[in-house]
Amino acid sequence: MEYSLHFGAVWASFDKLLSGLAIGLGLAVVAVAIGTVLGLLAAFASVAPYRALRGLAATYVALIRNLPLLVLVLLAYFALPQAGITLDKYQSFAGALALYSGAYLTEVFRAGLTSVPKGVIEAARAIGLTRLQTNVSVVAPIMLRNALPSLGNTFIGMFKDSSIAAAIAVPELTFEARKINVDTFRVIETWTVASGLYIAACMVIAALLRGLERRFPKF
Amino acid sequence: MQAFLDQLWIARWPLWDGLLLTIGSAAASILFGTLLGVIVGIQLAYAPWWLRLPFRIYVDIMRGTPVLVLILAAYYIPAVVGLSLGPTQAGILALALFAGAHIGELMRGSLQAIPPGQAEAGRSIGLTYPQLLAYVLLPQAVRSALPPWINTGVELIKGSSLLSIIGVGELLLKTQEVIGRNFMTIQFYVFAGILYLAINIVLDQLGKAVERRVGQP
Repeated sequence: MEYSLHFGAVWASFDKLLSGLAIGLGLAVVAVAIGTVLGLLAAFASVAPYRALRGLAATYVALIRNLPLLVLVLLAYFALPQAGITLDKYQSFAGALALYSGAYLTEVFRAGLTSVPKGVIEAARAIGLTRLQTNVSVVAPIMLRNALPSLGNTFIGMFKDSSIAAAIAVPELTFEARKINVDTFRVIETWTVASGLYIAACMVIAALLRGLERRFPKF
Repeated sequence: MQAFLDQLWIARWPLWDGLLLTIGSAAASILFGTLLGVIVGIQLAYAPWWLRLPFRIYVDIMRGTPVLVLILAAYYIPAVVGLSLGPTQAGILALALFAGAHIGELMRGSLQAIPPGQAEAGRSIGLTYPQLLAYVLLPQAVRSALPPWINTGVELIKGSSLLSIIGVGELLLKTQEVIGRNFMTIQFYVFAGILYLAINIVLDQLGKAVERRVGQP
């Protein structure tokens, strides 16, 4: 079958794709920000001297990492209202993605934690810092620096997963692309441009992260 | 609880079919993805740059694009160029291409981690390139690529849930259909979640067992 490419129809709606891209990025930023807090808490819990805390953190990670994100999203959007908690589509998606990214970030931060040399912790304790002070002002900065590359990869992953918000009609990039696809029937063009935007955004984020890594010298 | 169990009994066959399709489509895509990934990995590790370039571009496109976009593209694009793929075939194609890129990258890493002296030793005793790959390099690379390969399997089980969006009657779509009839939203989504969890835990344990048998010495 003959098919000639016409990008005009897709360019005409390019602003919609861009606003979709911005919504996807915004969702990823919010989710990873909340996920970072969850991940830090769970990572410190997973090395805590209390068995119950370690078990709780391990359960959270195993549970969330083995569930499809779409199931979490549908639970948050369609099932929570049945339990009396009503969130709009943005809140339920950001909440589900935050929970999801938190599980991946727990692993990232845990690896970062184990990379902090024991001697550094002992030295901090020896000069009289409490356990909390040691964690906050000595361990956390070293750990965060060591975790930066993986944190960046997780962010890129979550940005790509923001496409799943299309399933509950959040007008992000994939949702807009699907709409343009249906309206114009310019199938190849639509998906080429949408993929191109995702790839370009991922490359820009990766470059920014490399710059950030250079600013903080490796411990 | 009794009401849920009653509804579950009514919905048992559709959910069973969905579960089989979830496992089947993930299994098919990891099979094709592994075949593709081994070829991609060998090219990325050893081919000259002009031969490596198309594989590099393929891997970068697959890794920079969300799985859902790949699935939608595989569903909509073949029709306009005169190929007709059903939603299940399109979904498996998309997941296999996605897996092929990820497995390709991890095969490349494992192949490059093999000390270069081994390839040199193999060549010096007169092995041809295919023999070198088959007897020396691939067995070692496969062994160290095994744990992340199992993770790719878990990702594919999870990724297969996205096929519900293009109308593949896998577990999640069947769950949604069941909920549409009985409105037990929380119960059936949680039930589906438990099934996904169970498949992945079994897969994980299977992976650990295989790893113990053929793991690093």
